[in-house]
Amino acid sequence: MAYEWHRPVEVRWVTFTALTLVAIVVGGLVLLIPPFFMQGTIEPVEGVVPYTALEQEGRDLYVREGCNTCHSQQVRPFKTETDRYGPYSVAGEGIYDRPFLWGSRRTGPDLARVGGKYPDSWHWLHFENPRNIEPRSNMPDFAFLLEKELDTSLTSRRLEVLRNLGHPYSDEEIANAAENARAEAEQVAARIRADGVAISDEQARSEGIAMIAYLQSLGRARKAGGR
Amino acid sequence: MTQSAGDAPALYDMDVVRGFALSALIWGIVGMTVGLVIALQLAWPELNWGIFHFGRLRPIHTNAVIFGFTLGVVFAGSYYGVQRLCRVRMYSDTLSRINLWGWNAIIVAAAVSLVLGASTSKEYAELEWPIDIAITVVWVVYAVNFFGTLAKRRERAMYAAIWFWIATILTIAMLHIVNSIELPVSMWKSYSAYAGVHDANIQWWYGHNAVGFLLTTPILGLMYYFLPKQAERPIYSHRLSILHFWSLIFIYIWAGPHHLIYSPLPDWAQTFGAAFSLMLILPSWGGMLNGLLTLRGAWHKVRTDPVLKMFVVGLTFYGMSTFEGPMMSIKTVNSLSHFTNWTIGHVHSGALGWVALTSFATLYYLVPRLWHTELYSWRLADLHFWTATLGIVLYVTPMWISGVTQGLMWRAVNPDGSLVYTFIDTVSAIRVYDIVRAVGGAIFLGGAFVMLYNVVMTVRKGTASAPAPTPPPVEAAAVAGGN
Repeated sequence: MAYEWHRPVEVRWVTFTALTLVAIVVGGLVLLIPPFFMQGTIEPVEGVVPYTALEQEGRDLYVREGCNTCHSQQVRPFKTETDRYGPYSVAGEGIYDRPFLWGSRRTGPDLARVGGKYPDSWHWLHFENPRNIEPRSNMPDFAFLLEKELDTSLTSRRLEVLRNLGHPYSDEEIANAAENARAEAEQVAARIRADGVAISDEQARSEGIAMIAYLQSLGRARKAGGR
Repeated sequence: MTQSAGDAPALYDMDVVRGFALSALIWGIVGMTVGLVIALQLAWPELNWGIFHFGRLRPIHTNAVIFGFTLGVVFAGSYYGVQRLCRVRMYSDTLSRINLWGWNAIIVAAAVSLVLGASTSKEYAELEWPIDIAITVVWVVYAVNFFGTLAKRRERAMYAAIWFWIATILTIAMLHIVNSIELPVSMWKSYSAYAGVHDANIQWWYGHNAVGFLLTTPILGLMYYFLPKQAERPIYSHRLSILHFWSLIFIYIWAGPHHLIYSPLPDWAQTFGAAFSLMLILPSWGGMLNGLLTLRGAWHKVRTDPVLKMFVVGLTFYGMSTFEGPMMSIKTVNSLSHFTNWTIGHVHSGALGWVALTSFATLYYLVPRLWHTELYSWRLADLHFWTATLGIVLYVTPMWISGVTQGLMWRAVNPDGSLVYTFIDTVSAIRVYDIVRAVGGAIFLGGAFVMLYNVVMTVRKGTASAPAPTPPPVEAAAVAGGN
């Protein structure tokens, strides 16, 4: 019979398992290893800097809430995409993104270039209830983020772990992370108030402020012309 | 319905099979219910309530149906099948117990931690590092138990179902460990060891092969064991089993980058992903044909047997979605389909059509045998089959329409080159399809509740202890062979 050659494999479970291992490893090695040695994927885009303490806190909140389940952060190189969102995404702008947040479904619009598109107060009102701003929006409201105080007890630790992974934070930035985050938050809150949106002192220290700081950082380098 | 020879209590451990069969059913109901809730949230955003919003609930849906339901059925089916195909008891009852309780504890921990916001954000790998470690431990327990059973088997040749389970055990171990390497910040927060494009590349190598090795190979293992048993026909072709097994597992691993077409991933990797996705049609259809052709001479049974109906429609959806997937990997098609509901529809034609129907069929085969009685109602099982099929059609069709609609609206330009639609226009345009999809999902879930009732009634009238010991049946001869 034509398949008798396969019989020796079928009767030896160790041989079978070893051959299976070979079959499943090859593709992974070819696809996963070379990108680590390719310049384009590791050279930072001009202007890409590590997130500030508050931005990183905001990014971790974005991850916690699963914003990536509805919002992509990956502009494709089509004219209709760059017209709608801004410069297309390139590999070198993601070197400080752990994890990557490209997403897989645009229930809402792409956010890779949302930084600077709207004022901070717009985001505040939008989080409070997206239908305040766009009646047809199906985004959940995130009012609870605007009330919950940002926990800065781990801010230093976050930057420290990221430095262990290669992000160039200085000793001072790590030591003063919580303090810096609070100072940044005050600036964001001041801008919101300057637009005539009244927020309490508690709200000025909320998680929502950190989230806004993060969103305003998105696409910074590419929009400034970095390649 | 006739009973097979029945299990020999002294020989086989069926407790672990019973446990996984029931836990899988419960997680299926939980996971599908959450799925219905989040489908409704898309159409009615008022249904988001505080932290119980789409972003936190969606991973609970996917984790419960993939790891609680599907993998539960895979554990049940593989523990049942491997003992019979090897004609020995599992290597260790203790390891089986640890597997059962450990795995279900992990699913509980997953649901709780996700709703509390402990998520890595990586799709199908959202769980944080302590749970990742627990998964690794329980998976190794399963592997030791499974390979230990193979080592002491009393049947010389390993039948094809075992091959697919071996590939599952090895590949999932590799994918899970490599993709989960992360540095903890606290108990419930970690940072990925990889950044940006590398993180994306490794995540989708994981994500695509989770589809390949959690939702394809172990389900093929179920099909290879339970379809011939139910049809009482040997598998159509042993040669085809060999060909499509080795080509499937070799090619699958390369296809991950098709999730990253037109992304910053290097172009050569995207091309590899698309090319291997196209090649994947052949081994996928090899499996479908081997299953369908096994029914040669038994098609009259398909008319009346709900279990065979589920296998047949399951295999048909397998063939359909393994054709659709490669088409969506073609750059031109992907430029339209990516980021739209088409992807969600594609996933569910595979997940509901192939994975869930095959899992249901396996459970309907197992439950009467595990509790030594007839199924409470075959008419209800038939009703389940028809509601599930109707639900899938009502789910998948509007997702195709809405995916293509939104994709075309995103790229529509006026004669002067400016964009025709704002983003919110495209959200409003697909709302009606989201509602029809939710109706389809609700019907599918209704069928699962019918099954739950049927299983509960069966278990209540049955007994877990076997009436009388019987000699072990020679299983391999019944399912292997063919031409």
